[in-house]
Amino acid sequence: MANTDQLIICEHCDCVYEKVTLAKHQKTLCTRCGGVLQRYNGLTVEQRLALTFAALMLWIFANFYPVMSISLKGMKNSATLWDSVLALTLGPITFIALVAAIAMIIAPIFQLLLLIWVLGFALTYRRAPGFKFCMRWLESLRPWSMLEVCLLGAMVAVIKLAGLLDVLPGIGLFALAVLSLMMIRIAGRDIRELWDIV
Amino acid sequence: MSRPPVAGELNLCLCHSCGLACDMTLEPHECERCGAPLHRRKPNSMIRTWAYMITALVFYIPANLLPVMNTEMVGNGADSTIMSGVLEFWEAGAWDIALIIFIASIAVPGIKFVALTLLLVNVQRESRWARKERSALYRFVEVIGYWSMLDVIVVALVASLVKFQALADIEPRLGILFFGLVVVFTMLAAMSFDPRLIWDAKRKEPLNEEVKDAVESH
Repeated sequence: MANTDQLIICEHCDCVYEKVTLAKHQKTLCTRCGGVLQRYNGLTVEQRLALTFAALMLWIFANFYPVMSISLKGMKNSATLWDSVLALTLGPITFIALVAAIAMIIAPIFQLLLLIWVLGFALTYRRAPGFKFCMRWLESLRPWSMLEVCLLGAMVAVIKLAGLLDVLPGIGLFALAVLSLMMIRIAGRDIRELWDIV
Repeated sequence: MSRPPVAGELNLCLCHSCGLACDMTLEPHECERCGAPLHRRKPNSMIRTWAYMITALVFYIPANLLPVMNTEMVGNGADSTIMSGVLEFWEAGAWDIALIIFIASIAVPGIKFVALTLLLVNVQRESRWARKERSALYRFVEVIGYWSMLDVIVVALVASLVKFQALADIEPRLGILFFGLVVVFTMLAAMSFDPRLIWDAKRKEPLNEEVKDAVESH
């Protein structure tokens, strides 16, 4: 079979190009449809692994500390992400609780664990056991991981309730803010480069 | 106008999972590198996109008409729909929040329906009109995809927080289920559409046409 490693196919229009080496902040666009072909990625495996561990810590904070707490006439209440998922399990709408749980909690943690697994082995230029499986799951999980939306939702909820009662953003919200930004950086499409490294 | 060769001409196929350009001479069914199934075009892309989109469109109606949550304040219960939530913010002077919720919950699904229909109809007509712009439109649809989940998350958080028995209580309502389904199905619709179909028009490629024009003008 011919060697096609150095070829890149535009996923939006099927044009074939040769890969090029990019400098900082550079990206290549398809000349026919304008889609992005390659984007510069400055992260080494070590850096990405380090960021992933940091993100894992933040995930723990975001999930075990309340996102916000409210008080009304001396009574206090606080909610974590899991509490908000549980709030959706009432009655006939349970299905949406599952969607919310995947989007806010399950997809991100699986992404992080899979990343740690494959990156940990990639440190020593080895393929992790089940590498193919992990990489394919990382691809499939990405569209369903919605931490950025979750962050904006939490901020809207803070403002929505601030009109009615006293609202205090919790540690969970700050962790969520940083975590959602980190996920964009570490779990993006560029993890496909691992296929070439290991 | 010249263009780079397309995968079909070189007998290659893009693996959607790992991005490898796979050699199709031996007609493999799986990517040799990652094992994901290989398809030159997403299978039944048009029919699946239509089906997912129409399903989403059907759910869009109850999602907007049914209440998404119920607020009980000292014995007075009130149902609110998505639009009434937007209006509440608007009237209270919080136009920025009203705008965010309106864009995420009502405009984004609306734009997706219009954009996907435009893409589907033009592919079916094998139209050559504004192909580059249609490609960009598809990428835009992909990007805005999940932002509609916003309201589901807001309702979930608010409902989990405001639990003060008789004093104040907020509960989610059926509307939010349909709303979430709209988001899931529009995402599935966008994923099953194959943007390469935009460029697959069976009529002559620009290269040939230019040559033809040149011949005719002589």
